[in-house]
Formats: sequence, C-alpha cells, structure tokens
Amino acid sequence: MKIADDSPPVVSALDRPNSYIGRSVPRPNLARLTRGRAQFVSDMTLPRMAHVAFVRSPHAHARIAAIATAAARKAPGVVAVVTGAELAKVITPWVGVLTHLKGIKSAPQHAIAVERACWQGEAACAVVARTRAEAEDACGLVEVSYEELPAVTDAETALDAGTPIIHPELGDNLTFERVHVAGDPDKGFKDADAVVETTFVFGRHTGVTNEPRAILADWNPGNARLTVYHGTQAPHMMQNLFAKHLGLEEYQVRVVTKDVGGSFGIKVHTYADEMATVALSKLLKRPIKFVADRIESFVTDIHARDHRVKAKIGVKSDGTITAWEIDDLTGIGPYSVYPRTSGIEANQIVNLTGGPYVCSNYRARARVVFQNKNVMCQYRAVGHPIATAVTEGLVELAAAKIGMDPLEIRRRNLIPDDAHPSSGPSGIKFEALSHHEALAHLDAMMNYAGLRAEQKRLRAQGVHRGIGFASFIEVTNPSAAFYGVGGAKISAQDGVTMRLDAQGAIICQSGVTEQGQGAEAVLAQVAASAFGVPIERVRVITGDTDNTPYGGGTWASRAAGIGGEAAWQAGKALRANVLACAASILQAKPEDLDIRNGAVVDRDSGSERLPLHELARIAYFRPDTLPPGFQAELVATRHYVPRAWPFAFTNGVQASYLEVDTDSGIVKLLKHWCVEDCGTVINPQLVDEQIRGGVVQGIGGALFEHCIYDARGQLLNGNMADYLVPMAAEMPDIEVGHVVTPTADSELGAKGAGEAGTAGAPGAVMNAINDALRPLGAKPLTHMPFTPGRILQALGRIGASAPV
Amino acid sequence: MSERFHDIAVTVNGEEVRERVDARKTLVDFLREDAALTGSHVGCEHGVCGACSVRVDGVVVRGCLMLAVQCDGARVDTIEGVADSDEIADLQEAFVARNALQCGYCTPGMLLTAQELLARGGVPSREQIRTHLSGNYCRCTGYQAIVDAVEAVAQARAGAKR
Repeated sequence: MKIADDSPPVVSALDRPNSYIGRSVPRPNLARLTRGRAQFVSDMTLPRMAHVAFVRSPHAHARIAAIATAAARKAPGVVAVVTGAELAKVITPWVGVLTHLKGIKSAPQHAIAVERACWQGEAACAVVARTRAEAEDACGLVEVSYEELPAVTDAETALDAGTPIIHPELGDNLTFERVHVAGDPDKGFKDADAVVETTFVFGRHTGVTNEPRAILADWNPGNARLTVYHGTQAPHMMQNLFAKHLGLEEYQVRVVTKDVGGSFGIKVHTYADEMATVALSKLLKRPIKFVADRIESFVTDIHARDHRVKAKIGVKSDGTITAWEIDDLTGIGPYSVYPRTSGIEANQIVNLTGGPYVCSNYRARARVVFQNKNVMCQYRAVGHPIATAVTEGLVELAAAKIGMDPLEIRRRNLIPDDAHPSSGPSGIKFEALSHHEALAHLDAMMNYAGLRAEQKRLRAQGVHRGIGFASFIEVTNPSAAFYGVGGAKISAQDGVTMRLDAQGAIICQSGVTEQGQGAEAVLAQVAASAFGVPIERVRVITGDTDNTPYGGGTWASRAAGIGGEAAWQAGKALRANVLACAASILQAKPEDLDIRNGAVVDRDSGSERLPLHELARIAYFRPDTLPPGFQAELVATRHYVPRAWPFAFTNGVQASYLEVDTDSGIVKLLKHWCVEDCGTVINPQLVDEQIRGGVVQGIGGALFEHCIYDARGQLLNGNMADYLVPMAAEMPDIEVGHVVTPTADSELGAKGAGEAGTAGAPGAVMNAINDALRPLGAKPLTHMPFTPGRILQALGRIGASAPV
Repeated sequence: MSERFHDIAVTVNGEEVRERVDARKTLVDFLREDAALTGSHVGCEHGVCGACSVRVDGVVVRGCLMLAVQCDGARVDTIEGVADSDEIADLQEAFVARNALQCGYCTPGMLLTAQELLARGGVPSREQIRTHLSGNYCRCTGYQAIVDAVEAVAQARAGAKR
C-alpha cells in the first residue's frame, strides 16, 4: 500500500498512454448547470400535462371514514379527484420485505391510503388539476372524515403489552429483530479492567435534497407505453416496479432520469405519492406531474437514523479492547419501505459495530418497530454513521477511563494492515484495509501533537477546544448479497455499451446514474483511457431504461467501482474490435497496433497509421473496400458484478477540531480531516469533493438536524426555518488525504467513495465535543444532535428538564 | 374588492414579458412558468434555501418571497441572462475547474449571490465569503469548493485591476 495525496496510483494494468485514471479532469457536463440550462424533472412540461396535489392526513393514525369530493370536483381547473379506493383498481399495493432478513414483516401499503392513514402527512386523496395551485385550492375543498385512532409514537414502548398494534394481522409492532453473538463477550467483559456503559441516541433526520422529489408520468394509450421522467437513482428498479404494480410488461415502461437535484439515497426508494402519480396517468390517460414541495418533503421523504443504542465496551488497562455489546432499538414508520426494506439500517448497525478492530467478542441485538410517524429507510451511509459513532464513542470513552491517548488506544486495537483478508466481529469480510497507514497519515496531516499543545495552552485561558477521531469502514461496490439474494429486483451487476460513431468519437451508454456526484465524468475518464481517445471525444448517456444496458443505478457507492469497471471492460473490447477492423484495412496484425489519442497507431513506435474518423468513414460508408468476409463491429457491451467479495469495504479515519462556547453551548467547527482509502482513485478531485460533501452532511446530523415529533405523532419542525441544515458560515474547511489499496476483484481496483464522509463525521464531532468538555467534569454527550441546550445541560448550566 | 388577476410587464433578461398573472403568483413561479426560464429553482418556498435567488433592479432577492405583481415595470435578471452576457464567465469557469457544484440545483442562486459580493471589489476573506453565502443552501459540496472558487476569482479580479 502506498500513501498518496494527489499523485495518481501506479497500477500497471491501467498504465495506458494518456490515461485519465488518477487525474482531476473537470466534469464534462457542468457548463449547462452553471448557465441555468439544466433539465431537472421539476423543470419539465408535456402537452396536456396536469398536476397532482394530495390531501394529506393531519392525524398520525386515523380511520378514513368518508371522503366528500363533490365540491372539489367542481373547482376551477380540476381534472379529477381520486380516492385511494378508486386508485386501487389501477395499481396494486406492495409489502417491503426481503427473504434474507429473517422474520421481517410488514403490511401492504397502497399508493393512496384506503382504509386508514397511518402517519401525519400520508396522502388520503388526490386532486388533479391544470395547475398545481388549482390542485391545492381544490384540496382545501375535499372533506375527509377521519376517526382518530391511538397512535404509536414511542419506540421504547411500541412492543409493550398495552400499546396498540398498528397492523393487528401482524400480531405485534415488531418489524424485524436480529441477534448476533460472536466469540465470548461474557468472558471478555469479565476479563476487562474497565467497562464503559452508555446509551447513544440519534435524532431522526432526513435528506433535504435541494430539488424535492419530482416525477412526470406519461401513459400513452395509443401505443400502450408508460414513459416516466423521474428524479430517481435507480431507473431500472423503478421500471420493474411500475410495470409490476400497474400490470404492464417491463418493455412497456421507459424510465428517464435527467438532471437530479441531489439524492443521497432519498431518491432510491419507492414512494406512495410517485406510485399514485403513475397510476393517475394511466387512469386519466394524460401526463401527470408531481413535485413535492418542501413542507410535503419533510413529512413524506424517507426519514432515517432514529436509533437508541445501549452500548458497552470492555477494556484492559493496557488498552486492549475485550468485548463489545449493543442493543439497538429503532422506530420506523408504519410500513417497511419498498423494496429495500426498513430493516437494512438496523441490520447494518449489527454488521458494522466494532468493525475496524481486532476484538471479536461481540453481542448485538437490534429491533425495528413500527410507529405512526413518517416512513424510514436507507439514507447516505446507511447505518454506518450510527455504528461508527457508537464504536468510536465507546473507544474514546474507554480511552478516557483508562487515561490513554485516543490515537494510542486505536493503534493497539485496529486490525493490523498485514492481517488481511480478515473479518469483523459480525463476520463481515475484509479483502484488504489500511487502518494503520491511514491513522499515521492523519496524525501527520493534522499535526496532532501541535493541536494538543494548542488545546492545552488555550484551556489555560478558558478556551475549550476539543479533538475527536473516528476510524471507519464503509460498504461499497455491493454484490447481490445486499438485495438480490433477498428476492429484490435490484441489479448488482451493471453494463456499458460503447460504440464508435461515424466521426470517430465514442458514445458510452451506462446503467449507473448521475446524481451530481460525477458518475458521467468518471465513466468518460475510464472509457477514454480504456479505448484511447481524448476525453472530449466521449459522450456518456445514462438514466434511460430504453437506451442503456440493464443496471442498478447509483446507491451504496457503486457507480465508479462497478459502472467504471464495466466501462473499462467495454473500452478494451471495443478497442479490440476496432483494431480488428484497422488490421483488415491496413493489412497488419491487430497485436501490432494500438489506439492512442484518437488514432490507430503502431504499438511499438506510436506512429500514427489511421485516424479513427477515417476508420469510421470506411467501416460505415465504404464497407465495399473491406476484405471479403470481414464485418466491422464497432460496438461492444460488457457487464461487471463483484463476485469475490460481498462488498468492497473501504476504510479511513476522520478528525474534528472544534471549540465549545461554554456560556452559549454553541460549537464552532475549526477544522476537519479525513484520510480515506477507496482503492484506485479515478478522479482525485471528485473523491475529495464526495468526502467533503459527505462530512458536512454527517455534521448536520451531529449538530443540527432532527425531525421532532410530539407524543401525538405530529412533526413539529417540518420546514427549513425550524429544521436546521448546515450552511456555509458554520462549516469548516476539510482536508482530505488518501491511502490506496486497490481491490483485486476488478481490473480498475476502484472502490466507492460517496458515503465515507458521512459515516465518520458524527462520531468524530461527538468525540471532539466530549474531549473539549471532559476536563470541566461534563457528562459525556451521546445524544445527537448536540444542540447548545444539550451541551449546557451536560455542563450543568441548565436543568435536566429544560427543553433542548 | 381588489382584482385577483393583474396585467404586468416585466423586463426579463432584457426582454419584455407581458402576462396576466394571479396576484398570489410568486416571482420565481412567474419566471419558471410564464417566461419558461427554469434556471431559477424552487427549493423551499419560504425564503430559506436561496435556490430561487434572482436579480430585481440589480439587487439579489428571493424569488419565492416576491410576488410577480411586485415586479411590474421592474428589470429582472435570471441566471440565463447573466450567463449569456458573460458577466460571470470567470466565476463559472472557476466553479467548473474546482467542482464547486455537483447536482447544480443551488448553483444559479449561488453564482448570483457570489457575484453580488465580488462586484463590491476587493478580496473578501474566506469567513466573509462564507457569511455572504450563508443564505444559499448546498447539500452536495459542503461549501468548501465554492468558497475556494469565489476566493480565487476575487483574487484574480483584484490582480487584473492593477
């Protein structure tokens, strides 16, 4: 393994002349985004398009006794008013379960609620009108008679005997439970010289994508085809689901994803509102558009990370960790989200806790319970922020208890870099990680000793700064082990079709999707390098089920590692095809030729033999001049799926340096560092920017973001004035460093990088706050978000019953 | 009783747009729907995120907090017009070079707001840049690349003046 900051990795298989691998090439598709000429689905219009607005339940749990729609139907501009019962004739309900989460259960969810509304904000009726404003006006005229039912709003009591069961047919409010024991945790705790036991609480929060969810569904009865313009991460998955629930064949459905204004996992799920929109298009035989407004987003975009984790760590006085134990309780919504299920986040917490460390004495229990709140599901870094904060929080609390430096305790317990392949306490398999190299790099990068000295000096002046760390592992490049094995029609494989056009440029069609992370740029870099053209001669097409190979889209940090590998293989294959054609034209041997910088060249001397545009001209327009029996094939398709490892785990370590104002409780973030090992780095700038964006998103959950519900199941702060998101003034500069450990499961060796920032940031910030406040005798803070009120409470400056 | 619909004439990117609009229609909805200029985006409709930022009579405002009828007779500049005029070409170039945008949704508002700061001249500190942009929500970049881009352009413009 090599430590690299900005220099490209030396990987011989990729060492083609003029390779773009490892170069920070600006993304080719940015100009239109800076000129206001992008094509977001929320910008689109179609002829005869109508808009849908939803009447939403104000109650967390209520029977829908009756819906009076006569007045709404007569309102100006109204095309139709459709209830859940009426729409159920057009679209079937779904259940969010998978077979590999043993015992998971959920109830059928309809596109629009039929008998009951089960969370505040669930749609109870749809109004379709010529304009969104007219639809909303008419929503005000719809009279829904609700009979309120008792709401389940406390995960801690959801399984108590006296608590109402949301879905009586399921028997209880338990969605999923998983128990895992490894090694001998009882002995481990007995052998410990110190045991730290605490409870971590993570505030439910949400993605707040800048562009809200947007969909424009167009059912054309003339050719019985459904075209859906959808801001989704997974167009092929949605194609399958729209077809399945509308009773169509997949080839009748085309899903097109244009520019997407941020996803982060929010847009990989199946939403009732979107299913209702496509069903309404089929019912009304015209294009129907739905864009969630921000208020709707807060009550319908999936929430995430609502967990209470009781946790315990055993440690010897020499710093050796002897055992881990967690008990995780998470309260989701009334339905497990479809099709990925709402059991995955808890499952990941069991999988990932303790992951970076040698100690494999581990006991874990996770329970997922239904509640009458908005639904919950996978959001950037799925489970990792929680598992990492729990693990790293315990590690630093243990270090404090035995009086050991937090980096030193990590040095004594992280899996050695030469111990791979290895596994974590839950049995997850690691191909090769670099925890120690990363830690050493971080230590140097941040000048740790210097910061400790500065901290000490300033403490004497009453300024309280803290330094906190978080080592992490991160799931990327998922194989079918993530979803496919459970029966989900979610593709782990992906493909690229590459062809030479009539002018010698290449067109590259891929099943992964662009969400702003730079997938199209990475594909272009790989394609240009593998084939042999300047990157300006590459056009990338993504996000269209009619025009790309079948693929999985973007999630779990797979676009570069999996989509990129498919592009690499397709580029090599197309090069071989083109060289076969060149050889026939030049009467040479293909193995004596190469393609470099847009021309066929002599492999040894590099001298140009035939420009690509000339080869294309001959192949497409003058095939009469080719040798008889030779057919030019200037297109190649290759697919790729990881097979050797269920996931390509990456690793890294983060540090936060901050200052706590002990009078106001306000935290000022001074600096943040992340050393990341994501294997072969295709574009260093894009990796760094994913880390930075991910870190800030993680900081949001640590300091600001919380979907606050009251006991009645009402979301109290569902708007951007009351739900705080990180803005520029509060965020630090973030320095990123790299270690490079390629995966051998692909030729490129690239792992994913999109989620690592979010995985480690909350834990690092938490540890830094506690490091700052420990000498003041403050109770360790373990309840996110760390609001000024909570910090003042920990300092004893305000009472335990004050609202925070 | 006041009228619900009003005839207004707004000069948008130098072109007069005459429409009959609902009194309650916001400026940004007017631009997106009536003028078909979708470069200005809607992110919250309550003045927090800044995605709707446009210029009205030379000043950057929240398009979601102004009504179209308030702009009768005014000059409105959106990202499309400002981009076509090449006024912020160096800023756009810096954004591209530094990947100061990912999904691009906040970018029009971010560019217009940054240009407002840059047009004052001088070289603002990073803290000043962050404060000036603190009303523009970006979920993708974490802001640093944006600050880097604005700082670089400020330095270049100040250098070019000498």
